[in-house]
Amino acid sequence: MCTYITKTLPASGSAKGQAEWFDVTDVSVYFDHPVHAQAGHTLNIDLRNPMLGPSARVAAELTADSARALAHAILAILDEAPPGLT
Amino acid sequence: MYDGILAETTTISGHGGDLIEAYFARPLGPGPFGSVVVIHHLPGYDAATKEIARRFAVLGFAALMPNLYSREAPGARPDDAAALVRAQGGVPDDRLVGDVGGAAAHLRALPNSNGKVGVIGYCSGGRQSFLAATSLDLDAAVDCYGAFVVGAVPEGFPLKVGPIVDRAPQLSCPLLGLFGSEDQYPSPEQVLELQQALDAAGKTYEFHSYDDAGHAFFAPDRPSYRQAAATEGWQRIETFFARYLGA
Repeated sequence: MCTYITKTLPASGSAKGQAEWFDVTDVSVYFDHPVHAQAGHTLNIDLRNPMLGPSARVAAELTADSARALAHAILAILDEAPPGLT
Repeated sequence: MYDGILAETTTISGHGGDLIEAYFARPLGPGPFGSVVVIHHLPGYDAATKEIARRFAVLGFAALMPNLYSREAPGARPDDAAALVRAQGGVPDDRLVGDVGGAAAHLRALPNSNGKVGVIGYCSGGRQSFLAATSLDLDAAVDCYGAFVVGAVPEGFPLKVGPIVDRAPQLSCPLLGLFGSEDQYPSPEQVLELQQALDAAGKTYEFHSYDDAGHAFFAPDRPSYRQAAATEGWQRIETFFARYLGA
């Protein structure tokens, strides 16, 4: 099925797109059909800047297990960062 | 019989008279030919769905697939366009009907058209095929595992659509439904509910549900592909469109 399960949130940072780096203003996270990954459904992440057009996007499609592991790793890394830096 | 086809990108008039991109594949013989509006799935106006349009042309139908994301993302790659549109909540139902209606009018106006137009959609497009067939005057419709024809979108889903099974009395044409028995969206119970609504409305329909198949069993580039179901399903589609859209 097309789940449409989506969360969008504002973000601040940079991502390297098809040609060059761009400022990231929005993130979409959703669990739905992938475009490329060989799985029925994947956790998909789009780092975007809609003001620069639809192509200002860095996309990732991860299996559910991979996505959970990544999420835990991100939180762990942030927790390990020296106080005052995050 | 001459078997050449031509497939190319064109521009058509869609909802509200908007000029939108469309992929147009048609046989090059003299005709007359029946026509099919192909509704692409949520992942967009992509290579796999263009291949479906070309297959209809080979089968002897003029096929037109409007790019439902033309307005939001003109010229963008299909995956980028789909990402943008899904972030905005998808395609509004009234606009979908307008775009399919524009495509149907374009096809009927072809000099070698026999005047008959059908519609087909997969996944989200399956629901949209039913929506179009209950909103427009068409000659045949195919719903391939369309979710949320029956059943409300679960709590918390940002999908901006609701169930449309109550539109069954407005169905303007025969309906072919192709489903996977292992699918949950739509579930076998939801398929049965749609059948009951069509029976109650006295509509002509033909449903087939395939064992060992779930959602998206027609998609050859996805792990959900099921060869037996897809092969028989294509045969059902060919027979159905030949019957209702044939010259």
